[in-house]
Amino acid sequence: MTQSDAVMPRVSGADLDKGTGDVAEPKAGRGPSGWFGSQSPRMTALGNLFRTTAFRLTLVYLTVFALFAASLLAYFAFNTRRLITEQITRTVNAEITGLAEQYNTGGIRRLVFVVDARARRPGSSLYLVTTFNGEGLAGNVGSLTEGVMSSPGWTETVYRRLDDPEGTEHHALVRVFQLPGGYRLLVGRDLEERERLYDIVVSAGQWSIALVIVLGLAGGFFVARRVLRRIDAMTETSRIIMAGDLSGRLPVARTDDELDRLAINLNVMLDRIEALMRGFKEVSDNIAHDLKTPLTRLRNRAEEALRTGHDEAGYRTALESTIEESDELIRTFNALLMIARAESGGASTYMAEFDAADIVRGIGELYDPVADDKGIALTVEAAEPVPLNGNRELVTQALANLVDNAIKYAGQVRDGAETKSATIVVIVKNEGDQVLLTVADNGLGIAEADRGRVVERFVRLEASRSEPGSGLGLSLVSAVAHQHGGVLRLEDNEPGLRAVLALPRAGRKPPPPAV
Amino acid sequence: MRLLIVEDDRDAADYIARAFREVGHVADQAADGEEGLALALERQYDVLVVDRMLPKRDGLSLIGELRGKKIDTPILILSALGQVDDRVKGLRAGGDDYLTKPYSFSELLARVEVLARRRSGRGEETGYRVGDLELDRLSRRVARAGKELDLQPREFRLLEYLMKHAGQVVTRTMLLENVWDYHFDPQTNVIDVHISRLRSKIDKGFSQPLLHTIRGAGYMIRDTK
Repeated sequence: MTQSDAVMPRVSGADLDKGTGDVAEPKAGRGPSGWFGSQSPRMTALGNLFRTTAFRLTLVYLTVFALFAASLLAYFAFNTRRLITEQITRTVNAEITGLAEQYNTGGIRRLVFVVDARARRPGSSLYLVTTFNGEGLAGNVGSLTEGVMSSPGWTETVYRRLDDPEGTEHHALVRVFQLPGGYRLLVGRDLEERERLYDIVVSAGQWSIALVIVLGLAGGFFVARRVLRRIDAMTETSRIIMAGDLSGRLPVARTDDELDRLAINLNVMLDRIEALMRGFKEVSDNIAHDLKTPLTRLRNRAEEALRTGHDEAGYRTALESTIEESDELIRTFNALLMIARAESGGASTYMAEFDAADIVRGIGELYDPVADDKGIALTVEAAEPVPLNGNRELVTQALANLVDNAIKYAGQVRDGAETKSATIVVIVKNEGDQVLLTVADNGLGIAEADRGRVVERFVRLEASRSEPGSGLGLSLVSAVAHQHGGVLRLEDNEPGLRAVLALPRAGRKPPPPAV
Repeated sequence: MRLLIVEDDRDAADYIARAFREVGHVADQAADGEEGLALALERQYDVLVVDRMLPKRDGLSLIGELRGKKIDTPILILSALGQVDDRVKGLRAGGDDYLTKPYSFSELLARVEVLARRRSGRGEETGYRVGDLELDRLSRRVARAGKELDLQPREFRLLEYLMKHAGQVVTRTMLLENVWDYHFDPQTNVIDVHISRLRSKIDKGFSQPLLHTIRGAGYMIRDTK
């Protein structure tokens, strides 16, 4: 018993050390790169594998599982051993009690007779009866460790069987009993069975731990390699994207795991970046076209004046048109800057609460004489106060742009159609958690296919070519809407265009711009 | 009128100074903030024209320093930054007017003259009179040759502003800013239409027109007699 207690922890302790030693070393010790030393691509790939989070987690789990398996087996081995020992003890005690009784009733003769008979049975216990001075009288034990017979009680000893004096030594658990009259009786059981069972348990333990480690490592390797392959694919894609090809997207495995979610989010981000870049490119193209054209015109005019205009009046006309042209350029430039500001959201620092109805009335009053001169009936509906949180000046400008547009197109009809009286209606009202600023005219409107396009910079539809304008008006309105967390909707007024600037109401925090 | 132009762009500064001299004003020049501050402290000016971005000392800091020293010469800020918050910042720093680059000289001249006049103490009066046109700010009544005219509230304010600056050119932008409080550029000629309405009310039927269009600059109310 005492011995098994001492043995068990030592064995499991050794396994434990071995386990953690094997596992921990590549991680904490030399480190993956040091471990493999050379820098060959294959080694680096393996190094990468060992560096993955998945692989490191595998190692940690592996250690935990190995420890668990080892302690389970240790517990099992220890208890089996204890049970067998207990059983031996009980059997031996019972036999000794029985034999002592035989001795008491029939004396030494009877004892020797009984012991001889029992010792001859196959698979029998160990027996030895000696005299006071150690002379053997009966039994099946040939030789014993010195001094066992002289100390009564339990001993674990080494013995040889009487019928096999030159054979191997066996271990046995024996009890020596002092009989009245100086005789001594030894009864014991061979421990081979116990040892064999113990060996089986220990080797099973070793095998299962080895199996856990091998399977765990293989699993970790597999998982890590799978993860690594996906990460590598992502890295590769992002490298392509960084090299300038913005159309690239990260691969999505459709397993809806965390890597997929990351890839999907990054893809959405890439969509946004691509859209922004496209916008940026469009702007530069537009600037190239729409600013260069008037600049060229301006230059041509100056050149022509130098070449041909010899009188003062000629020069004056040329200079005046030059100034006019440059004013137009400046106006376009300012509008572009304003749009850029609104789009970047930079002006959102200048937000305040104001009544949108005020603005609508003001703009209505500003444009009323112009509309009147052109024979347009301009109606303003702004009955209730409409609190709005935003940049008052930009919202005013946006509304002015819409009214300006409406004045240009109200009442227009297709060639050949009957003329009609032009009307413009400007309405401001609260609707749910939105403020709707509506400017509706009865002109030709915008074909549905073109509605998305007209808010882009410098886009001018055929119908508007004859009217003055930069093609930036609706772009600014749209940018202002976006900046305020709202939207510009272009709808059919049947006939005409109904432009609705829908902005979030005051008190409601504007949501981040939609992707 | 004596002006100080603080502008680091030599060409632009020379051009403005020359143009001011041509119309009979005296213009000094300073190429950086420190020099501008020294001149403004040393001499008496009617108006300062200060660029916002200057070497050595920023335009706004220059204005702050002057205002801190209780020098209340009217200041017009010139700036390439034309957004709402830029303008508000400039006016809060102590500027009296704000003009975004690029600008026309007629616009600058009109604004500077208005600033200078304000200084010369033609303060808030209860009424104005130009020729036989009278405007009473208290009773909000307008009459020409003794005959009362019926004006809309906005027309009244438009006329009030023009008469306050009688004999001076006021530009469309000045009207838009001061009468309507709008700081953007409407594409349509809205101001012209308002002016022509006003003109038909005050000049129609009178042999002597008072409201004049100044070509390439703006409008002026003036008694030409």
